[in-house]
Amino acid sequence: MERVDLLVIGGGSAGMAAALQAKKEGVKDILILEKEDRLGGILNQCIHNGFGLTEFKEELSGPEYLQRFADQVIAEKIPYKLNTMVTNLSKNKVVTYSNSEDGIKQIQAKAVIMATGCYERNAGAIQLAGDRPSGIITAGTAQKYLNIHGYLVGKKIVILGSGDIGLIMARRLTLEGAKVICVSEINPYSAGLNRNIAQCLKDFDIPLYLSRTVSKVIGKNRVEKVVLTAVDQNYNFIPNTDMEIECDTLILSIGLVPYIELLEKIDCPTSSTKGAKVNSLMETEIDGVFACGNCLHVHDVVDFVTDEGRLAGHGAALYINDKFKDENVIKVNPGNNVSYVVPQTVNMDVDENVTFKFRVRKPLINQRLTIKSGENLLFKQVKPVLIPSEMVMISVPLEKLKEAKEEITLSLEDN
Amino acid sequence: MKELTCIVCPRGCSLKIDENMNVTGNFCPRGAKYAVSELTHPMRSLTSSVRVINRENTVVSVKTSGNIPKEKMFELMEHINTLKVQAPVNIGDIVSHNPLGLDVDIIITKKLD
Ligand SMILES: Cc1cc2nc3c(=O)[nH]c(=O)nc-3n(C[C@H](O)[C@H](O)[C@H](O)COP(=O)(O)OP(=O)(O)OC[C@H]3O[C@@H](n4cnc5c(N)ncnc54)[C@H](O)[C@@H]3O)c2cc1C
Ligand code: SF4
Repeated sequence: MERVDLLVIGGGSAGMAAALQAKKEGVKDILILEKEDRLGGILNQCIHNGFGLTEFKEELSGPEYLQRFADQVIAEKIPYKLNTMVTNLSKNKVVTYSNSEDGIKQIQAKAVIMATGCYERNAGAIQLAGDRPSGIITAGTAQKYLNIHGYLVGKKIVILGSGDIGLIMARRLTLEGAKVICVSEINPYSAGLNRNIAQCLKDFDIPLYLSRTVSKVIGKNRVEKVVLTAVDQNYNFIPNTDMEIECDTLILSIGLVPYIELLEKIDCPTSSTKGAKVNSLMETEIDGVFACGNCLHVHDVVDFVTDEGRLAGHGAALYINDKFKDENVIKVNPGNNVSYVVPQTVNMDVDENVTFKFRVRKPLINQRLTIKSGENLLFKQVKPVLIPSEMVMISVPLEKLKEAKEEITLSLEDN
Repeated sequence: MKELTCIVCPRGCSLKIDENMNVTGNFCPRGAKYAVSELTHPMRSLTSSVRVINRENTVVSVKTSGNIPKEKMFELMEHINTLKVQAPVNIGDIVSHNPLGLDVDIIITKKLD
């Protein structure tokens, strides 16, 4: 069987950053496998501006951002295979892939980095009531049709869910001449960034209805109408609040889920992010298998994906060079009002600061964030505003971390 | 006093601006600049795509090289929709020079070999 030191599954932002970092740290034998016909992943279809502010201090479109990394991958002569689908990963890191050139092939890797991105929740995920005509499509698919193939999915559109992709698509479709009638969000707050509400909805007078969702889809062959109904705090429909809206398309922007089919098959433990559990060097609980980017937890800013990719590349390089330590680990728990924290464990033998990434359960103001190990306060900070749509990052200095003797909890309390 | 959301970066600060153009709520100086410009002359960048004639079912992404007046967006979209390119194209290639006299170019943002 062919062998490789590091195999990276997925050539998006996370995978490219991981491979480049590993190369920088002396890993010579690397292979990236990517199922699409070009590197870059989801950014190929994100043609709007807003990428790279942290990484490059300038505002780039998705394709411009990815090209800077694709160019480096090529310059560093890191081998990659396109149109190549990974179909299996075994616990001892034998990767099975297929493409038209090699057929079905197996390769033994010393370390594997999972960078497979995420998928969109679709109509099945929310049990839409009513007819099942054509014209119901996820925001990402609509984005791909329009931005890669130049095909407009509809003329009169209702968007369900206020995730950023939906908001970005509301603007894009409007500029292309479609009528976006409204965006409807089941929660009492938006799932997207304030910035996108301002520049994608307000700029075009597109109403955003909160605490309202689709109760019924009507249409024989194609969507003809949707019924939007208000919901109470417990997400039950409120009687007599129906709004019947004529439209030909219902776009769903109802959330992204880490794509981890390959890890599920080998029973890799997962966390509340729906991605794998990882330690502070991004290693999953499968020895030598690392994860980063949207397949670990869904990110809103690509610059942070790139960073996480580098960390996984660093971890994998240590692992391949036999410098990886994970005997002494401490568990990390999400505390009050925190929906998740990555990583789920910290390697105590590390020699660098650890960045904790987390999201809040609901919008909060004036909070005291604490990171404690038992009763020992390792870190505190006041946070004026926290919203679920924004991932928060907190870097804890190494010397503080070394004081941790038992499980670490990250919590928020009213200040 | 007017309230608005800064759109300059993903942080999206909530800004307040008073009659004397004093801005509060901005985390960085760019927010103050944005609020003043938004009240006097709102500007936006525009991203879109243009048809690639020698590739089936393919468009390539473009953007304005700078910001344009917000009210010109639809007019500029009409112009962009008439543009066509031939692959290969590279990031930074100019597809249309100074359209509608807006003092910006339409440039390619994606590499197609
Ligand atoms: C619509 C949208 C808008 C966004 N807007 C912004 C923004 O304005 N600013 C910002 O900073 N960030 C934004 N983001 C976030 C950011 O772009 C993403 O979080 C980031 O690009 C994800 O990178 P990734 O490498 O984890 O995943 P991806 O880019 O999805 O890459 C995963 C790759 O893995 C490949 N793959 C999957 N499974 C397999 C397999 N079995 N075999 C082989 N290959 C496989 C896929 O083909 C893909 O190329 C946006 C994201 C989306 C979806
Ligand atoms: S004020 Fe500064 S930090 Fe806040 S959104 Fe604007 S540019 Fe970003």
